[in-house]
Amino acid sequence: MSGWETLTGSAIAMPEANIDTDQLIPARFMSQPRSAGYGDFLLHDVRKAQAQHSLDRYAPKVLVAGRNFGSGSSREAAVYALVDYGIRAVFAPSFGDIFAGNAVNNGLLTAQIDDDVAALLFAKMADAETDARVDLAIGRATISGHDIGFDLDPVRRQKLINGWDDIDLTAQYADQIRTFRGARLATHPWAMPTT
Amino acid sequence: MSTALTLMDKLWDAHEVLCRADGTSLLWVDRHLVHEGSHHAFAKIKGRNMTLAAPELTFGVVDHYAPTREGDVAPDIRRMIKTLGDNARDAGIRLFDLHDPEQGIVHVIGPEQGLTLPGLLINCGDSHTSTHGAFGALAFGVGATEVAHILATQTVWQKRPKTMQITFDGALGAGVTAKDMALHWISALGAGGAQGYAVEYAGQAVRALSMEGRMTLCNLSIEGGARMGMIAPDDVTFAYLNGRPFAPSGAAWEGAVAIWRQFHSDVDAAFDRRVILDASTIAPTVTWGTSPENALPISGHVPHGDESKDIRATLDYMGLVAGTALDSIAIDQVFIGSCTNGRIEDLRMAAKVLKGRRAVVPGLVSPGSAMVKKQAEDEGLAQIFVQAGLEWAGAGCSMCVGMNGDLVEPGKRCASSTNRNFKGRQGRGARTHLMSPAMVAAAAVKGHLTDVRPLLQGRI
Repeated sequence: MSGWETLTGSAIAMPEANIDTDQLIPARFMSQPRSAGYGDFLLHDVRKAQAQHSLDRYAPKVLVAGRNFGSGSSREAAVYALVDYGIRAVFAPSFGDIFAGNAVNNGLLTAQIDDDVAALLFAKMADAETDARVDLAIGRATISGHDIGFDLDPVRRQKLINGWDDIDLTAQYADQIRTFRGARLATHPWAMPTT
Repeated sequence: MSTALTLMDKLWDAHEVLCRADGTSLLWVDRHLVHEGSHHAFAKIKGRNMTLAAPELTFGVVDHYAPTREGDVAPDIRRMIKTLGDNARDAGIRLFDLHDPEQGIVHVIGPEQGLTLPGLLINCGDSHTSTHGAFGALAFGVGATEVAHILATQTVWQKRPKTMQITFDGALGAGVTAKDMALHWISALGAGGAQGYAVEYAGQAVRALSMEGRMTLCNLSIEGGARMGMIAPDDVTFAYLNGRPFAPSGAAWEGAVAIWRQFHSDVDAAFDRRVILDASTIAPTVTWGTSPENALPISGHVPHGDESKDIRATLDYMGLVAGTALDSIAIDQVFIGSCTNGRIEDLRMAAKVLKGRRAVVPGLVSPGSAMVKKQAEDEGLAQIFVQAGLEWAGAGCSMCVGMNGDLVEPGKRCASSTNRNFKGRQGRGARTHLMSPAMVAAAAVKGHLTDVRPLLQGRI
């Protein structure tokens, strides 16, 4: 996976709260191989139910969304759908925990913004496409002319910029894992399955 | 004392291989449960020429795509099940395959087999892994990349969550269940209310729950945003686990129980947040919208959405009019099952309502496992469902998520014992109302949402 440090593109707003991963990718698409791309599955049924959904009118790289974005099912396919569509960053007041973890493993930034910032952006952006620029190194974005700071812990920043996932990062700790495993087996025999 | 610890902290510390400077811990995984949806993860480790770090701690289950009815199986479903079988064989892991007498939903059979034990760290690529916390385990759902990481290293990176204690004082009323407790707290705190927290459930009403009830409560933690929910183990826990196939036995059992008794929050332990609720005031609860936070007592009314575009959109999707009495909402069908409410106690409760009565709408009952199915048949519950006019199906995730083809048709309204009323969850355009299995059974009898309590009079 390739990393990224800055992006310039467009943003759209999706102010609804609780856009869950079942909506982001309906379950029936999840038996499809990833190779053909998951972009068309992104919010598939929401887009079909609505003429001229902004995801069909524009090609944004950035979403500004309502609270609790990506809640629900742990399906990483929800992130694949966003990424394969072309989304690289989602700004929202809160995110499903599992979704946020999946996102960073696939080059998708989930940036938390205050409710009032979100409300301001929703009002300004409405249904239109707007300019966006995101800089991971300094943790700042400009969306629709608003300068927005966001927190990004150093490891997540490093992963996004370098396109690393956790398996890459864990290799250096192999000895510590081996030692821990030996000790756990020795001191917690009940923790092993018996048959 | 300042060294007083919460249950979460005790379990976390016991599994921490290391903690990085940024505060993220690398944790040892005692049990890793995989299912058909784990194919992305197996492909990832194959792509890197890696093998499983601990196949003896990894268990495979066919559940999400498991056909629950006789007849032809669609090719893509067959392929998903075969892929898991191939991956399990290549990796050398125990697979609970479709026709295994111990097959079932991963969060039902883990405990049933004694794979789930107090003090373990349990991961699965499924958000309802929080279920296993009912045994005093540290259990949480992960995504496909994390599944691949666990397959490759038997460890997982995780930031230590904040801790929240939710105490249910008092006793539940008759006909009120763990499902109602869960919907009650989620509606009070919101679907994101426990984001970033591990929830520990405590209090008289929690202690009084069976293991089945505790699993229901912990299962739904994720619907309130908490990746993990847990309950300190006690004699109820140990009685459930004693004699399970993968649990310790003999002298090892006694030793294990002595250790497990230490797995509780210390009296003075500090939680980041404490919530206290009164169980005696909880009524049978149903959802009216498309988030589990949209839950109200059955005596309530569909809320007005004058001020909220979100509520208007929700009512539009649900085909509901603001102000409607919840117990007047007519349904098209019912579903009883899922990792939330597909266990034997759930089926017993629904059968109490349905015995000698007829459902006026069609419905599907899918037991949580093949063993639950057999037990329900032995106890005569299956016969009660069939005589009531409901369909008695095989075990699997079934109509909770519809991956196996058990779907609610567009625009149809389903009273469901499941965990998510999300748009399209049970099928494109499906309208889901979440409630306890007893409430589902009552809705089946009446044809509309209704308070189960009058129908249970003289029966519990």
